[in-house]
Amino acid sequence: MGKTDKKDYSEYAVVMEKIVKRFPGVLANDHVDLFVKKGEIHAIVGENGAGKTTLMNQLYGLLNSDSGKIYINGEEVKIKNPNDAIKAKIGMVHQHFMLVDRLSVVENIVLGMEPVYGPFFARDKARKQISELSQKFGLFVEPDAIIEDLPVGIQQRVEIIKVLYRGAEILILDEPTAVLTPQETDELFKILGALKAQGKTIIFITHKLHEVMAITDSVTVMQLGKVTGVVKTSDTNPRALARMMVGREVLLRVEKGEAKIGKKILRVENLHVNENRGLEAVKGLDFSVNQGEIVGIAGVAGNGQTELIEAITGLRKVEEGQVIFKGIDATNFSPKRRRDMGMGHIPEDRLKHGLVAAFPLYYNFILGKHDDPRFCDGEFLKISDIKKFSNALVKRFDVRPPLINLLGANLSGGNQQKVIVAREFSFNPDFMAISQPTRGLDIGAIEFIHKSIISMRDQGVGVLLVSMELEEIFSLSDRILVMYEGQIMGEVTPQETTTEEVGLMMAGHKLEDLRAQEA
Amino acid sequence: MNGLKKFYMNDKIVVPVFAVITSLFIAAIVMIMIGKNPLMAYGALIFGAFGTKGALINNLMKTTPLILTGLSVGLGFRAGLFNIGANGQLIIGALLSTYVGSKMIAYPFYLSIPLMLVTGMIGGALWAAIAGWLKVARGAHEVITTIMLNYIAVFIANYVVNGPFQAPGGVPKSPEIAYSARLPILATSGATWLSAGIFVALAAVVVVYILVEKTKLGYEVKAVGFNPYAAEYGGISIGKNVVMAMAISGALAGLAGTMQVMGVYYRYLGALGGSMGFDGITIALIGQNDPIGIAFAAFLISSIRAGSNQMQIAGVSKNIVIIIQGIIIFLVAANRLVKTFMFWKRKEVEGA
Repeated sequence: MGKTDKKDYSEYAVVMEKIVKRFPGVLANDHVDLFVKKGEIHAIVGENGAGKTTLMNQLYGLLNSDSGKIYINGEEVKIKNPNDAIKAKIGMVHQHFMLVDRLSVVENIVLGMEPVYGPFFARDKARKQISELSQKFGLFVEPDAIIEDLPVGIQQRVEIIKVLYRGAEILILDEPTAVLTPQETDELFKILGALKAQGKTIIFITHKLHEVMAITDSVTVMQLGKVTGVVKTSDTNPRALARMMVGREVLLRVEKGEAKIGKKILRVENLHVNENRGLEAVKGLDFSVNQGEIVGIAGVAGNGQTELIEAITGLRKVEEGQVIFKGIDATNFSPKRRRDMGMGHIPEDRLKHGLVAAFPLYYNFILGKHDDPRFCDGEFLKISDIKKFSNALVKRFDVRPPLINLLGANLSGGNQQKVIVAREFSFNPDFMAISQPTRGLDIGAIEFIHKSIISMRDQGVGVLLVSMELEEIFSLSDRILVMYEGQIMGEVTPQETTTEEVGLMMAGHKLEDLRAQEA
Repeated sequence: MNGLKKFYMNDKIVVPVFAVITSLFIAAIVMIMIGKNPLMAYGALIFGAFGTKGALINNLMKTTPLILTGLSVGLGFRAGLFNIGANGQLIIGALLSTYVGSKMIAYPFYLSIPLMLVTGMIGGALWAAIAGWLKVARGAHEVITTIMLNYIAVFIANYVVNGPFQAPGGVPKSPEIAYSARLPILATSGATWLSAGIFVALAAVVVVYILVEKTKLGYEVKAVGFNPYAAEYGGISIGKNVVMAMAISGALAGLAGTMQVMGVYYRYLGALGGSMGFDGITIALIGQNDPIGIAFAAFLISSIRAGSNQMQIAGVSKNIVIIIQGIIIFLVAANRLVKTFMFWKRKEVEGA
């Protein structure tokens, strides 16, 4: 690519050229190029953290690039904020809707650019404009309905109309199907088709490959901040896309021996769990974990893993089904009771659940076992015993700095994680639920945590490991379950599968379908 | 790292001392600007607070309930609860203990004194537990509920001492408590005296210190206050600890009211609580929610107030002490902002 300003980008609605965006410690977009033709539906796919949303936030002016250029319809533009983007006829529908729950559909759509009669809101004009838009694109909504009464799919429609009302010719949809039911997704696809037929350009962020195949014209694949592939949808297939998305070399290999599998320790039967908004997140799971093995749960974030772990550890209510721990139905046991039965938990969010940041380390080392006779005598804490215990753990797990009076908040992320691992390990659990154990840690800390998990396994602990990092799943697990939209797509072992196959399952393909295709 | 450790450990002392000195300095500038001599004014202030036996007695008498309301609010803060209702809890505690105390005529002191202390604490504890329960069961914020409970307490007390529990004579006050229920007097000077209530307050400092730092309950309450999610993860019941913390906080406020009854007024009077519950917020803040710090803060606030009259006599408006108090609070509170800011900075650096 020569350095010339005379590039002809007139056939493209959007060109983003050599976009670089750095966050502290992360290169979120590393010289990313994006070419979107006028009137096409263009997918951007990639794993979580690949930099898709970051890229689109720069196009919409929510973030400013460190370097790189943006061209709209062939003209270079500077987009510093969303107003610039709206002027360039770009609209974005966010993953989390930006609607005022208590206002009506009409009010939400015109908000900020209301038609008026002098000082008064011209509700009838607004309603008329909106019904024209609705009809033109087949986006039917009840104009006077209150947002909070509407289902998610309709709310999304309101968001789309809102964007169209502002004159958008280029629509960015950030994981629009993440919150939709399959039926709502079909509806959305029909709408997108209608928009395309009217000449709109659509950029569609997703990690679901069957959706890419179903409605898009071309695809840009991203991985760890870089573009790893640009293809026409008609020239590709899910398998090839999955390879571009996740098919990297596994960098970390942990040495581990053969698993000595013991008896069944945890069983989950027909488990149904809701997420915070009351939608079903875990949809009838069945699986078990044995002593002495690591069962990995692979999947893109937000497919029910968090809710599953919380249900197993007692932090979330089970709607239906059972959690059977050591042969006892523990479905409704408190977290405390499960801990006392020998269940350990390394939580996904170490600062939210794992530590009390304002507690000194020696208090954090007994969280969850502070009423154990080792640490208290009746109502009184045995402070000197607790400190002795903590000092031993700090040494054994190499927590730095090794000062047990320091507050949890004063440690680095890696050392905070070591404190949690040390604590949970020291309670001698028989089963351990581990979620995202190495998120945000450096290589050294990752290796240490991985070795600790393997040594737990070798001591006969049953481990359930949830991770968004495929590498971690592959290098630690004895068995892998792939979770997608609250269901298990298949069970494999790292020896008999490939990252590509797991990647496809993560994108919603069932193992039996994949194996049938192969055969 | 050692320096950092020292900073955090001494922080509790450094901040309030710095705040007090700075506030005295700023108030001195104000006095110079209005043409007064600050050295003379502070001399009068110190004389008024500690200079004579009477001054010291008066000062310590006023310190007693302030220690207790300070502990009350401070303990709430430790549990992540903002108990603005110490005033109401104080009133209910005082009212109940007065009633019990007035029926103690035939009892020896070793029964009537403990009995009054206990009823005072129970009264305050139950009143505060209502707010705790409402928070746990209905999600009602304690700031709102404790404020409303303050009004209810005031009106209940007004009704009671104007009707069913009114002393003869038509004045809104309760009958006196039995002599056996009065606290021993340690020292007298003119019309003021110091009761053994100061020892009750100091004992409460020790008890709260042990409770917070050395017991399982203290550990649980602090965990819930700092991070309810982690507490729940660690198997600690949030609801139980919120109600417990409110109840203990209320018991301390109730004890403050009881001290006023047993050591000062010997009956329930409408004005008995004053604004002590709200002063407790100031004191907890200056004392950094630490029981020992709170004792010193209570003594500080009481001293500058006690000394302010002497200052007025010396020709400097006593409102200067309001300026001093305001600046102390501002600096202590602003220091938290500074610390918070530092904490964010650290996080950012960690992320990099």
